[in-house]
Amino acid sequence: MSTKEMTGSEIIIEALKDQGVDVMFGLPGGVLLPLYDALFKQNGLRHILVKHEQAAVHAAEGYARSTGKVGTVLVTSGPGATNTVTGLVDAMMDSVPLVCLTGQVPSSLIGNDAFQEADITGITRACTKHNYLVKDVNDLGRVLHEAYYLARSGRPGPVLVDIPKDILQATGTYRSGDKTTVVEHKSYKPQVKADMTAIKEAVALIKGAKKPLFYGGGGIVNSGDAACTLFSQFVKMTGIPCTLTLMGLGAFPGSDDQFLGMMGMHGTYEANLAMHDCDVMINIGARFDDRVTGRLDAFSPDSKKIHVDIDPSSINKNIIVDVPIIGDVGHVLEDMIKVWKAEQAQIDADALTSWWKEIADWRSKESLKYTNSNKIIKPQYALERIRDLALETKKDTYYTTEVGQHQMWAAQYLNFDKPKRWLTSGGLGTMGYGFPSAMGVQTAHPDALVVAIAGDGSFQMNLQEIATLMAYRLPVKCFILNNHCLGMVRQWQEMFHGERYSESLLDVQPDFVKLAEAYGALGLRATLPGELDDVIRQAYASDLPTIVDVRTDASENVFPMIPSGAAHNEILLGPEDSESSENGGSLESGVLV
Amino acid sequence: MTNNDKDDILRHTISILVDNESGVLARVIGLFSGRGYNIESLTVAETDHMENLSKITIVTSGTRQVIEQIKAQLDRLVPVRRVVDLTTDGPSVEREMALVKVAGQGENRVESLRIADIFRARVIDSSNSSFVFEVFGKAGKVDAFIKLMEPLGLVDVSRTGVVAISRGVEGL
Repeated sequence: MSTKEMTGSEIIIEALKDQGVDVMFGLPGGVLLPLYDALFKQNGLRHILVKHEQAAVHAAEGYARSTGKVGTVLVTSGPGATNTVTGLVDAMMDSVPLVCLTGQVPSSLIGNDAFQEADITGITRACTKHNYLVKDVNDLGRVLHEAYYLARSGRPGPVLVDIPKDILQATGTYRSGDKTTVVEHKSYKPQVKADMTAIKEAVALIKGAKKPLFYGGGGIVNSGDAACTLFSQFVKMTGIPCTLTLMGLGAFPGSDDQFLGMMGMHGTYEANLAMHDCDVMINIGARFDDRVTGRLDAFSPDSKKIHVDIDPSSINKNIIVDVPIIGDVGHVLEDMIKVWKAEQAQIDADALTSWWKEIADWRSKESLKYTNSNKIIKPQYALERIRDLALETKKDTYYTTEVGQHQMWAAQYLNFDKPKRWLTSGGLGTMGYGFPSAMGVQTAHPDALVVAIAGDGSFQMNLQEIATLMAYRLPVKCFILNNHCLGMVRQWQEMFHGERYSESLLDVQPDFVKLAEAYGALGLRATLPGELDDVIRQAYASDLPTIVDVRTDASENVFPMIPSGAAHNEILLGPEDSESSENGGSLESGVLV
Repeated sequence: MTNNDKDDILRHTISILVDNESGVLARVIGLFSGRGYNIESLTVAETDHMENLSKITIVTSGTRQVIEQIKAQLDRLVPVRRVVDLTTDGPSVEREMALVKVAGQGENRVESLRIADIFRARVIDSSNSSFVFEVFGKAGKVDAFIKLMEPLGLVDVSRTGVVAISRGVEGL
C-alpha cells in the first residue's frame, strides 16, 4: 500500500485508474476545470465528450451493461448534475452499476444559491444506491473506492459522488490500499451465499413438480456470464420450460427449444399461459414487475413460487412466495445444481411430457405471426431483416432500443443467444435511452456491430449525440422505425380511448437522412419492403455512424398484449388470430394504469 | 400468511441503528415518503459518540407485507447498520415524554394539579395562571393525560415521540 500527497483532481484520476476505469463519459464546466486540467496532463483515462449530460449517463449504462463493469460519468455542478437525474433513475430501476462524479461549487459557497449550485445529493438521494458529498480531500480516495464497490456489489446500482471545487484543488493523502479495505464495509454487507436449507427446499419442490417453469430475469445477466451458463445448464438438465423477462433476454439461448419467448404484457402466448398454469414457478433474478404479473390476484394462482434474489426487499414485495432464497444468482445456481446432482433428482417424466404437450398447443397459435405486405414495411419484418442480415456480417452484435412499440417488437423478433447483447430501458422506460447507450456499447466494443433500434419519437430525445459518434468515429447503426407517431401511445388510444389520437401524431418531423448528413454521418431511407435489404446492407457495410429512416406501417399494433390490470389468461392476440384468447378476453376488459 | 390477516393494519415500533453521517435522517424519511409508508412517530439522537452511531425509533403502521417491506427497504440503505422490529422481535419497553402547558385559574388550576399527581407528572414551570407539566410513560398514558387536561385549559403540547428498547440482556 502506497501513500501519496496530491491534489484532489489527481486523487480522482489515480483512484479511477486503480479501479480499472478506462473510459468516462462527461462534459466539463466551471467547477470541474481543475479536474479537466489534470485529465489533460495524463494518459490512460479516456474521456468521451458528450453533447448532453443525460446522454453521458445512458452511454455509461451501455458501457456497463455490455461489459459487466462499472460505468463512469463526469459532469459539472448545477445543470450538469441535474441533467443526469433521468439516467440515474434509469440505472437504479434496471440495477446498472454506475459511478457519477459531479462537480460542486466551492465548500464555502454551498447553501448560498451560488452560480450553478444545485443540492444534487439531496436531489438524487432517492435515485441512487448511495451518494456522497466529499467535505475533506483526505476522504476523497476512500469515498471513490467505496463508490465503485457499492455500485458493482450486491444488487448493482448508481452511486453519485459530489465534489466541491476547493476539494479538487486542495492537497491531500491518497492511500491506494483503500481500494481493498472498503470491501469490509461497516454497514453494507450484501448476502451472496444463500441458506442451504432454502435451496434444498427449492430442489424438493422442483422435483415434485408436474408443470414447472423457469422465470428468469435481469438478475441472471447482472450476476455474470458464469451465472447465465449455470442457469442454462440447470434448465437443460431438468428439461423444464424457460421464459425470460425483458431484462433477462439472453440469459438463456433464445434459439433453444426450451425457451418459450419473453413473458409479460407483450410476451408470447405460450410463455404467459405457462406462467398462469404452472404448478411450480422458479423465479431466478426477476422481481415480479407489474408489466410481468398483470393483475396481482390472478397471477399464477395455482403455483408454488421459488424466488431467488440478491435484494431482500424484492422478496414478497409484489407477490408472496413460498420459498424465498436471498443470494447471488450465480452462487445459488451452483449450490442448487450441486444438490440436484447429489440427490440424482428427476422430474416425473410423464408429467413433464404432458406439460410440454400443453405448451406445444399454445405454441401452435404462433402468437408472433403477422401478415406481411409488399407495399408497406411492417415493423416486424424490418426487425427480422435487421436481425438476419446482422448474422450475415458474422460480427458480435449488440442491440439497444428506445422505448415504445419498436422496443417491444425488438424484444419479440430479435434473438439473443448470449447475455449482455440486449440493452433496453425496462424499469423506467426512458425514451432517449437507446441511442446514447449504443454509443457507450460501441466505445467498449469498437469492433462489434452495435445496432440501435429507435422510434421517430424517442430518437429525437437524444439525437444530438450523432455529433459525439462522429467525433469519436463510433459507427453505431441506428434504425428509426418511423411511423410518424408516438406508437405505443397511439396504440393505447386506439384500443382504450376511442381512437382519439390526442397529441400522439408526429406530423412534422425532420428529414432524418439530411439530419444525419448535416453531421457528416451516413443517412439512408427505406420506404418499400423491397428496398430494405439493400439499405440494411449498406448501413452494416459503412464505417460511418449511420441513421436509417425506415418508413413503417403506422397502423401496426404490438401483440400479444395483456392489457394493464388483466390476468395472463386474458391475453389478447393480434387480428391474425380469430379467437382472441382462451377465456374470450376482449379489449373492453383493459383497465389503464 | 392467510387471506384473513393479510390486510389488517398493524402498528410496529422499529429501531434502526445508523452511522451518524450527513443526510442519513433524510434517507430514512425520504424512503417513507417516497414509498408511501406512514410515520406515526420518529425520534433520533446520537447514542454512541465513539463509534458515531445514532439510533432512530420509528412507529409506523401498515399491513404485515408492508411492515416487512419497510424493514427490508431500511436495511437496503447503505448507512443503516441494523433494523430491529421491537414489536415482533421479543419483548420491549417504550417511553415517551411530553411537556404540557395548561392555563387557568381557580378550580381548574387545582384540578390540573390533582390529575398531574395521579399521572406522576411534575410541574417544571408555573406562573399565576399557568403550569408546564412534564409527563412520562407509554404513548397511551401521555395521550390520556393530555385528554384530561383539555377541558382544564390546555394551551400547548410538545412530545418527544416514542423511544423504545428491547428487554433483557441483548443490545441492538
